[in-house]
Amino acid sequence: MFKELSILAVVVAFSLLTYWLVEPFAHSQMHAHIETKHFKYADLPAMTKTGNAAAGKDLVMGAGACTGCHSIEAAGMPAMMPAVDAAASYGVNPPDLSAAGAIYDANFLAEMIKNPAHATNLDHKYPADGSKMHPMVAFYGAGGDMDQEVADMVAYLQSIAPKAEEVTPKVAFENACGRCHSMKYKQWTPIGEKTKFKYKKDELRFDASVLDYQDYVVKYMGKLPPDLSMYYRSRGEHFLETFIEDPQSHLKGTAMPRVGVTAESAEKVVEYLRDAADPKHAEREETGKNVMIYMIFFVLFAFLWKKEIWKKLH
Amino acid sequence: MAHFTKATSVKDWLNQRLAIEKVEKVMASEYWIPKNINFLWAMGMVLAITFGLLLVSGIFLLMYYQPNVETAFDSVNYTIMQEVGYGWLWRHVHAVAASVVFLIIYIHMLTGIYYGSYKKGREMIWISGMLLFVAFSAEAFSGYMLPWGQMSYWAGMVITNLFSAGSLELNGVVEWIRGDYVPGQAFLTRFFMLHVLLVPLAILALIGVHFAALRIPHVNNQDGEDIDFDVEAEKYLAGDTKGSKVIRFANDFMSKDMFVVSIFLVFFFYLVFWNYGFAMDPVNFDPADGLKTPAHIYPEWYFLWSYEILRPFSKDVGLIAFAFAQVIFVLLPFLDRSPNVKTANKRGLFGIWFWLLVIDMIVLTAMGKLPPQGIYSTIGLVAAIGFIGLWVILPFITAIEKKV
Repeated sequence: MFKELSILAVVVAFSLLTYWLVEPFAHSQMHAHIETKHFKYADLPAMTKTGNAAAGKDLVMGAGACTGCHSIEAAGMPAMMPAVDAAASYGVNPPDLSAAGAIYDANFLAEMIKNPAHATNLDHKYPADGSKMHPMVAFYGAGGDMDQEVADMVAYLQSIAPKAEEVTPKVAFENACGRCHSMKYKQWTPIGEKTKFKYKKDELRFDASVLDYQDYVVKYMGKLPPDLSMYYRSRGEHFLETFIEDPQSHLKGTAMPRVGVTAESAEKVVEYLRDAADPKHAEREETGKNVMIYMIFFVLFAFLWKKEIWKKLH
Repeated sequence: MAHFTKATSVKDWLNQRLAIEKVEKVMASEYWIPKNINFLWAMGMVLAITFGLLLVSGIFLLMYYQPNVETAFDSVNYTIMQEVGYGWLWRHVHAVAASVVFLIIYIHMLTGIYYGSYKKGREMIWISGMLLFVAFSAEAFSGYMLPWGQMSYWAGMVITNLFSAGSLELNGVVEWIRGDYVPGQAFLTRFFMLHVLLVPLAILALIGVHFAALRIPHVNNQDGEDIDFDVEAEKYLAGDTKGSKVIRFANDFMSKDMFVVSIFLVFFFYLVFWNYGFAMDPVNFDPADGLKTPAHIYPEWYFLWSYEILRPFSKDVGLIAFAFAQVIFVLLPFLDRSPNVKTANKRGLFGIWFWLLVIDMIVLTAMGKLPPQGIYSTIGLVAAIGFIGLWVILPFITAIEKKV
């Protein structure tokens, strides 16, 4: 018995050593480790003024000119044109602002209004010399204290947004990622959810619109942003979190903007990605437990059988 | 014409036609196995069970998998993993078993080397076993193509490229194997055929040969003792089961096997449910894209050691070294010049040789996965040369080995 256990110890030791070398160690050497900064966005200036939502409303609807491009369905302002046409004009469909106040970090929203290239961490793509402009026009002030005006607009967006805890993972994903990325395992396209069509020609028209839209996005981004259906399994949770926080940290020079979600929204986005790529994780846990309970009995009976048979052998 | 009488029972009826009692004796109750063995002798049964798991899970996967470049990825990752009830379970079992089967194969092989179970009439056991290793490798590679992910595609590209034979530039051969200039539909369909039909047929046939090869020389034992199986079997049948050096295959040996199998299955299902990442590479969850090479291309862990023998050399030398590594294990019974059938630790230099081989292969495995840069390239090169060197000196150190 002692001899068998010593042999087992040797076999297990060599197997574990090999496992450690080809898995944890090799992966630590192949991929740079990026630490999360907990979605603090320390490089963005913090807002110093307390915003007034009523004043912000006037700015957003009026002098701020937000609604010239953005829809705000929560405030009864629907999109002015179909997503494809919007993408033709701006490169990508400008987001509806109904839930922006809940999904995005307040400092990020403020910087987005003042300096979108910096907020999205795309200074390399839209340099300060103005040779290439971010499609979102920066707000240059409405004549008063600009910091106050920006704070007012952010306050307004927060006032119309649902409570942070009411934002579902689906909504968080569609807002933060869904205008560039598709996710076919959730029937999501960048122009909206692909529902069942009664007639083939309607489906083909929808598909053609998606392709048109994607052509504009390719022109805007340089390449087609990937479908995210399996990203939870191909990239893993830690990568997704740190990548969402700042795409430049993993992929220096990428055209993907920092989207400025709050830590809570990022968690929801990752949850939705997990739901798309690994929806059976709960079932797997459950089944695993039952199989292990069965295996305990299997081992027990196998051991008793062996003992019984070998009684007469030694 | 045989003489048939009116059967007295179903068993008798079958006995007259199929000799089931005789078959049962030959295959099980009077198939004699040495008693002086440890749990490593159960690896054959563990392999048989794992192969069974692969076969059964494979049959279920085959009902939904679509060998088409447009739909293969989604048929695996969406249809099987998400839509089909417990499809994810069969896929995890299949993927994990495909990886773990190689761990057991390596343990089984190294057990054979350590205890000298490839000589004195046991050469065909070893050779058929090594042919099984080749067949399992082909099965693993062809199966790896089927999910049509990034690693499937690029592993397919790299491995089929080997057949251009370096500077000979036999690109026609590569195109012939692929059925196209690059891996595509023709490539996927033929590897599907290999994976679900031709290679499994070869494996089944080779398993038959492997088992048959055991009959005449019998299974080796822990001390390499030359047992007179007829005498010991008689002793056992006369009732001296404690004194006899042999045991029945069933249920004596089988009961021990099944206990080892049960422990193995606990480990196996732990991997299936909680630690499957090593067997299902994350990169392969990206769909195949011929215009986007992954940052790191590496094979599954069980091919890493031979991959690393290919990689550190220049193209042609690397290919020759790789070919050497593929065939050299088959020749082991003829390269070992010593007549001793003993554990490696009692064989002097051979004992050192054995442990150096184990360590060298682990080093090669690790370096095969790491990016070939800086110190890793150097270590890889040294280990690859070391591997070849070990096999070159083997006939010499075994020729001077003392008889024990």
